[in-house]
Amino acid sequence: MALLDIKNIRVDFPTRRGVFTAVENVTLSVNPGEILGCVGESGAGKSTIGNTVIGLLEPPGRMSEGEIDLDGKRIDNLPYEAIRKIRGRRIGMIFQDPLTSLNPLQTIERQLVETITTHLPLNESEARQKAVDLLARVGIPEPDIRIGQYPHQFSGGMRQRVVIALALCADPEVIIADEPTTALDVSIQAQILDLMRELCRERQVGMIIITHDMGVIADITDRVAVMYHGKVVEEGPTKKILGNPDHPYTQSLISAVPRPDVRLKRFPLVEYIESAGQARKELDIANHWLGKARDFEAMDGPLLTLEKLHMRFVTRNAILPRDRRYLDAVKDVSFDIKQGEVFGLVGESGSGKSTVARMIAGLYKPTGGNIFFAGGELTALRTEREKDRYRRQMQMIFQDPYSSLNPRMRVLDIVAEPIRFHNLADDRKETETIVLDLLEHVGLGAAAAVKYPHEFSGGQRQRISIARALATRPRFLICDEPTSALDVSIQAQILNLLKDLQQELGLTMMFISHDLPVIRQMCDRVGVMRHGQLCEVAETEELFENPQHEYSKHLLDLMPKLDVLSHEGLEVEEAQ
Amino acid sequence: MISFVTGRLAQSIIVMLTVGLIAFAMFRFVGDPINNMVGQDTTVEQREQLRESLGLNDPFYEQYLRFAWNALRGEFGQSYFHRRPVSELLVERLPATLELSLVGAGLALLLGVPAGVYTALNRNGIFSNLIMSGSLLGVSIPTFLIGIILILIFGVIWRVLPTFGRGEVIDLGWWTTGFLTVSGLKSLILPSITLALFQLTLIMRLVRAEMLEVLRTDFIKFAKARGILTRSIHFSHALKNSLVPVITITGLQLGSIIAFAIITETVFQWPGMGLLFIQAVLEVDIPVMAAYLVVIGFVFVFINLVVDILYFVVDPRLRADRAASGGH
Amino acid sequence: MSTNTEQTYEAAAKERSGFSDVLRRFLDSDLWFSFRNSPVAIVATTVSIIIVFAAVFAPWLSPTNPFDLAQFDLLDSEIPPVWMADGDPRFLLGTDDQGRDIFSTILYGSRISLLVGFSSVVFAMAIGIPLGLISGYYGGHVDAIIMRIADIQLSFPAILIAFLIDGVARGVLPREVHDEMALYVLVFAIGISGWVQYARTVRGSTMVEKNKEYVQAARVIGIRRGTILMRHILPNVLGPVLVIATIHLALAIITEATLSFLGVGVPVTSPSLGTLIRVGYDFLFSGVWWITIMPGVALIILVLAINLVGDWLRDALNPKLR
Repeated sequence: MALLDIKNIRVDFPTRRGVFTAVENVTLSVNPGEILGCVGESGAGKSTIGNTVIGLLEPPGRMSEGEIDLDGKRIDNLPYEAIRKIRGRRIGMIFQDPLTSLNPLQTIERQLVETITTHLPLNESEARQKAVDLLARVGIPEPDIRIGQYPHQFSGGMRQRVVIALALCADPEVIIADEPTTALDVSIQAQILDLMRELCRERQVGMIIITHDMGVIADITDRVAVMYHGKVVEEGPTKKILGNPDHPYTQSLISAVPRPDVRLKRFPLVEYIESAGQARKELDIANHWLGKARDFEAMDGPLLTLEKLHMRFVTRNAILPRDRRYLDAVKDVSFDIKQGEVFGLVGESGSGKSTVARMIAGLYKPTGGNIFFAGGELTALRTEREKDRYRRQMQMIFQDPYSSLNPRMRVLDIVAEPIRFHNLADDRKETETIVLDLLEHVGLGAAAAVKYPHEFSGGQRQRISIARALATRPRFLICDEPTSALDVSIQAQILNLLKDLQQELGLTMMFISHDLPVIRQMCDRVGVMRHGQLCEVAETEELFENPQHEYSKHLLDLMPKLDVLSHEGLEVEEAQ
Repeated sequence: MISFVTGRLAQSIIVMLTVGLIAFAMFRFVGDPINNMVGQDTTVEQREQLRESLGLNDPFYEQYLRFAWNALRGEFGQSYFHRRPVSELLVERLPATLELSLVGAGLALLLGVPAGVYTALNRNGIFSNLIMSGSLLGVSIPTFLIGIILILIFGVIWRVLPTFGRGEVIDLGWWTTGFLTVSGLKSLILPSITLALFQLTLIMRLVRAEMLEVLRTDFIKFAKARGILTRSIHFSHALKNSLVPVITITGLQLGSIIAFAIITETVFQWPGMGLLFIQAVLEVDIPVMAAYLVVIGFVFVFINLVVDILYFVVDPRLRADRAASGGH
Repeated sequence: MSTNTEQTYEAAAKERSGFSDVLRRFLDSDLWFSFRNSPVAIVATTVSIIIVFAAVFAPWLSPTNPFDLAQFDLLDSEIPPVWMADGDPRFLLGTDDQGRDIFSTILYGSRISLLVGFSSVVFAMAIGIPLGLISGYYGGHVDAIIMRIADIQLSFPAILIAFLIDGVARGVLPREVHDEMALYVLVFAIGISGWVQYARTVRGSTMVEKNKEYVQAARVIGIRRGTILMRHILPNVLGPVLVIATIHLALAIITEATLSFLGVGVPVTSPSLGTLIRVGYDFLFSGVWWITIMPGVALIILVLAINLVGDWLRDALNPKLR
């Protein structure tokens, strides 16, 4: 008999279009001191399981079948007061975003002490002492002082430590953590995961970690359950499931994970999950619209050159200049990108990589430095007309598929907008033909043109964005974290598409990401950024095998060790 | 903290000066003050003399400063209609309006806030639904109509309550109060309910909306996940966090009670500043209008200042991070 | 291969074109679903439409014309409504002190009330929406100034502002001109007192949309800022405006009625429901209650219906409650 037993549960959500079954036939168990991972892509139902166990399912959802036992006794059918007593005292929960999890108007002390005194027979000062000790254990420096502070006075990582302390302060036997590190910086993630593993072993707590991140699973879980469309498709010891999966879904999922240790030619097709999109026809580039009559001149030398680029933002405006506060988001950045190459820019959030991209694309005006592109100096251009010439040659793809398309425009108009603006077609018919062709080319099919963005999934929307970006036949494509918001399997498809397009059209690309394994797959050369400055620029393989700068080494150390993952079906790219 | 208060104070003063400017502009330029003060057979020379002696030919800013200085001392000249000093009229009428507004505001708050909390916590109860339906009705009936209906029921059909005037009042120095007599209190009932109803429903709906919003947040979910007592979640967590925006809007609403008093006083013939103002508008009695504007402006600016400071005191995020208070 | 997909596209395009597509999308939407399942919304909308219809077509629907001196007779004065003892089937809701049919006066009065209400809302939108767009999109000093003015105006109740503008107009304009212009002055006064809500909401939505990536994508393409504002941002910020407009309409009608009741609203020559109530108020104490109560009830029904529609709209369009 395990500590927590989830037996064959089914969770239904009645909606206006019928009953939606979020979770079906799920059986899981956790023992003391053990960490169970629950992995799946969005919509798999993993968060629903967590909410159901602790009884916080959003109405009208309800558990319609099955049973949940804690220490042998049934807990899913208890009256409200009984469940309330279990929450925090016997089962604790950690949510994803530490900022919104804490009451902004109460001190940490208040929140901790209240939780402790609600469940344990301690008085106020005893509870406070316990709270201080716990804060020290989770790694908050000067806990005696900081306990009196408010949540907004802590940084992101510190806040999550406070959340962990809150979940543990009444000494529960089970902890459920729902995406505990997703909202945190990469460098903090590892620390928090280590902390959780230590606490789990120390207190012999049974932990369920719900996540979409394979790296987290590989890092700290003992056993893992793989979820797909509300069902558990496979379950077992982590090493076995990740290294030698049996179920085709698990196999596809694993093969889609970008590897830090090798560079692949392409990601293998993950057909089990989504149809690979419509088959893309072979192109005769010289005669096809995309390759023909591209109105830019051939040139020698690097396509893009950045010289001492500098960007300063005013964070606090004031009447007197000395009272103003500034942020130097980009400092003294110089590099160039050769024609036909894929250049990667990697760094943590706040490193300035997105700011650099936006300066190149013309969304921000640099406070200092020069940008040379396609033979002209972008920073010297004044009128919109002059800039238009270069805009045709440079386009951008963004990160969030849900905000990068105007929800009120049809796909046809979205993709046609750049064509119409730059007068690239002779008439309406030609514009239409070009758009339909582009949509087919990115794997969506021409019929997509009449639909609206909300009718498409995240991956499909990114394809629309790519089609829009290609509509001006650019020679340079900036990709700002194009797959960070997508599920792993969809990411693989989109990255494949980008790779194919790059080779076919001879595009020069700048690829921005915080995810090193992805960079390794996509880029020829890489620049590493930190706090607005460029630390190192090197060939990709050089950087991964032999990093020069301290910070690069640090970032590489932080990469999740995915050696346990199976290498089945991967085509490694030969070294050049 | 100090800089925040001084900043707000500075803004308040600027607003007061602007209000004063508008009042002065009205006073000086709408109609001809001389014409309103003298009879028809005054000669042109005499009018010129009067103009000079009143300083009406002086430069604009001089006149404005004089007006402002007088206003500060409570001097607004003579009412065209009543032919008495405006300040006298104001002092006479002020207690009536203030007493009525206080009782109205008190009712609105004492009933509105608990009703809002109750309907938020018991979303689907029958009583809740009744209150919500009633509130929708309350927001749909204009104040004057509420007054008329109340008069019809309690004054005409069942003759139980007085429907005009203040009843008997007692002098306390320059103040006159209706609180100390039975007839005074009875006269207060219908007008104060009329005044309070609109505000009550607004406050109730606001408190309810805010609480429902807060109850949906992540930190409430986390508090529930920690097994915190329901009572504590509802009051220490949800209610306290709803109060921040509620304070602002409630403050503004209560200020507007003084404006709504105009309507109530008209319906019930309540001898307050509001009735004075309406008569002034109908008779184009500019000095009274200007004076009312300045006094009301002051009241609102004061209320806003208090609300801003309260906001600052209640929300720790504002205290620590002054950069955030851009004013919008 | 290409001919196949082109046909599919053409078929899809045909299926999706024109009004039938708009209708199909509407009928499939959450909004319509919510409407169908809310008896309150259905009743309220129906009542509102009936009232608006009756008001617009008053001259044709009304049994008598209360402005035509020949049509009423002093001998018919103060007759109670038809269901009471001395009622007369010619006058459904009774007559006033001049012998005018109250049902007719209500129909004509609603006309004025609705006219002033709608016009004020349109006026407020015409000021508020552009200011909100500019403020939210361009930011900087322009935004700071507009918002300061909005803040200051918000600290005074709308009705007081309407009062003041009306009062000043009265003082500035000579009597005859004022009577002619009274309706315009009223619309102006109520409109000016209400633009802030629109500006603030539109500004907030604009600031949210401005940072969305589709706006940035348009910039990267090269689309000019003004075009982005009109083509991309404007259509996406109008949603909440509808809810505000409905509630503002109710408020505008109440404000006009209040001002007219107090005697500072519409001129006597074009009486609104508020004027009717004022005129009838004098007779309340002598027991002739219907002259003031009937228009009162009509006003309540109208405003209640509009408020119900606004309430339902707010819930139906709120994405969080779906």
